[in-house]
Amino acid sequence: MKYLDEYRDEKIARSLVSKIARRATRPWVLMEVCGGQTHTLMRYGIDDLMPAGIELVHGPGCPVCVTSLETIDKAIAIASRPGTTLVSYGDMLRVPGSHSDLFRVKAGGGDVRIVYSPLEALKVARAHHDRQVVFFGIGFETTAPANAMAIWQAKQEGLDNFSMLASHVLVPPAMGLLLGSPGNRVQGFIGPGHVCTVMGYREYERLSAEFDIPIVIGGFEPVDLLEAIAMLVAQLEEGRAEVENQYCRSVSYEGNLPAQATMQRVFEVCDQKWRGIGLIPQSGLRIREEFAAHDAGCLFELDTISADEPAECISALILQGLKKPTDCAAFACRCTPENPLGAPMVSAEGACAAYYHYRRHAAAAGSPSHE
Amino acid sequence: MSDYAKTVEGFACPAPLPARETILLGHGSGGKLSADLVREIFLPAFDNPALARLDDQAILDVNGSRLAFTTDSFVVKPLFFPGGDIGSLAVHGTVNDLAMGGARPLFLSAAFIIEEGLPLETLRRVVESLQRAAKQAGVSVVTGDTKVVEKGSGDGLFINTSGIGLVRPGIELSANRAKPGDKVLLSGAIGEHGIAILAQREGIQFDTTIESDSAPLDSLVAAMLDTGAAFRCFRDPTRGGLSSAMNEIAVQSNVGIELDERAIPVREEVHGACEMLGLDPLYVANEGKLVAIMQPEDAERALEAMRKHPLGSEARIIGTVAHAHPGMVTLRTLLGTTRVVDMLAGDQLPRIC
Repeated sequence: MKYLDEYRDEKIARSLVSKIARRATRPWVLMEVCGGQTHTLMRYGIDDLMPAGIELVHGPGCPVCVTSLETIDKAIAIASRPGTTLVSYGDMLRVPGSHSDLFRVKAGGGDVRIVYSPLEALKVARAHHDRQVVFFGIGFETTAPANAMAIWQAKQEGLDNFSMLASHVLVPPAMGLLLGSPGNRVQGFIGPGHVCTVMGYREYERLSAEFDIPIVIGGFEPVDLLEAIAMLVAQLEEGRAEVENQYCRSVSYEGNLPAQATMQRVFEVCDQKWRGIGLIPQSGLRIREEFAAHDAGCLFELDTISADEPAECISALILQGLKKPTDCAAFACRCTPENPLGAPMVSAEGACAAYYHYRRHAAAAGSPSHE
Repeated sequence: MSDYAKTVEGFACPAPLPARETILLGHGSGGKLSADLVREIFLPAFDNPALARLDDQAILDVNGSRLAFTTDSFVVKPLFFPGGDIGSLAVHGTVNDLAMGGARPLFLSAAFIIEEGLPLETLRRVVESLQRAAKQAGVSVVTGDTKVVEKGSGDGLFINTSGIGLVRPGIELSANRAKPGDKVLLSGAIGEHGIAILAQREGIQFDTTIESDSAPLDSLVAAMLDTGAAFRCFRDPTRGGLSSAMNEIAVQSNVGIELDERAIPVREEVHGACEMLGLDPLYVANEGKLVAIMQPEDAERALEAMRKHPLGSEARIIGTVAHAHPGMVTLRTLLGTTRVVDMLAGDQLPRIC
């Protein structure tokens, strides 16, 4: 398939691996920001191809994993109400809240539906005027424009039975937090290609300059990631700390301006809580007052529930790249995708789930699977 | 959202959920949750040697004849889809489960659970299609049942078919017979049925329509068995896709299976749809494909026979059975690295980005 096969080509990949190996004279710790990138690294075993010394750690960029427990509980509370339909992206359904998940709410008779786009949720609202239709709008700058567009359209149409439980997170503040933390080990970032497709990479220049760290905006195919790693290693070896764009077939400096305008029209920046990390100032988006009629957070009375975290789950350390999933004692035994202790085991993009699905043979090393 | 600012929860992580108490849709996905139900509820209750083989069909000795017996229920939505409908699928599913046991399918039952309000014309179309498919597969529908449930208690139409077939003398096939060194053969491209249904259900349009591969595999199996090659096991990778079928064999035979990503055919349209929807074709359902595990020395002969058959023209060797990592399936990726092909817990979920 065009635009795919050439980015999954073994020859090109091998030559990039040799290039990285030739270039690296010292150990370097690199972090990919996006869950989609983690997924590709694991699926293609790219960490196995790295020369000794190049360590890949996995960032907080899985939108499912970092959505706060309270937000999940709110979605569950909404979905449990009679006369209400909760519409969501698929992988949110399995994320455990404090006491339940959306699959269980659905099994108990709640009206929970999976869609691929928030605009499909509008269709549901138009077709069911007698029901309150709530879209569970989560994600990074990637999903925010389409979610904003859904709210904007609902307002234009006067679709008063449509609202959104919005919980958006922004990448640069989280990267800033990681870089500023005393335990930080990350020396170079593979930047979030899809986020930058929307936002451009101006903001990343500020981060790179402030923390004196190279950032290469990377794509999501194996060759993209290897090329981004090669570019990072080159910068580190040469003592440069710049923003470079590997994913130039999708990312431009300014990004998608109409998408940004739509986001700014509907959302405003707010403090946001990240599951596994905590509160990060100015790291989220909330629905502007003007669109309050479509803000499920305002429309529904939602109790805030706080939950005890299992002491065993080290997701906080995983999401900051301080530990690997396989460093966790619960990994693949007490914590599995069927019974996740923490969010990174839930979504296919979560680091723990990616290790579980693709990398267990290394851990098992000939011994039978320990399930 | 100002409440976020007030409650500083620190490094949060959720408590594990209590043990499974209710049936979730994932229990019907053909993945781990389905396997749990079989192991924890059905096997202990019905405990007997024929069931314990856990193959797609029971093989029963009756007065010196070996009968294959199987049952399957069909709840597909929509009832009509490109490449088939619930009627033809109800025949193919059961016929194929018999064929995978090395049996010639002979007789079917058909039970219809109909929701009040279903147009009679719809039922007629389904029944006619079911009969056409039965005729093509050389089986007769010899008994049946009809139930009507109240509006809202069903989803239009559910069909159950059971089937009986006669196992070829001398043929012993089971998922517990795979041995290190064996070859894994696949009859054609994967993922077509699942994507055809999903595209129809979600209203996703492609340049060309993706059709279900739903087809009766009994004649392909017969052609393969006619070669006299030594087969260990046949499986049709339906729910849960190629991954579930391979994992079941790896577990039941206590062997490792090593697949080669390059060798597994996936049609361009299916590949594109999977990329777009964030799905892995290894987990997408098929209704007209089979995998065979067999002794390596006979593999070429079997491939030749498969390729002469219209349903096996794209047959390939896709992997090998190994000593290493018993119970686990691995895949040599396009980059030459190795990864695990896990069995999914429940249904494959579309990813967010």
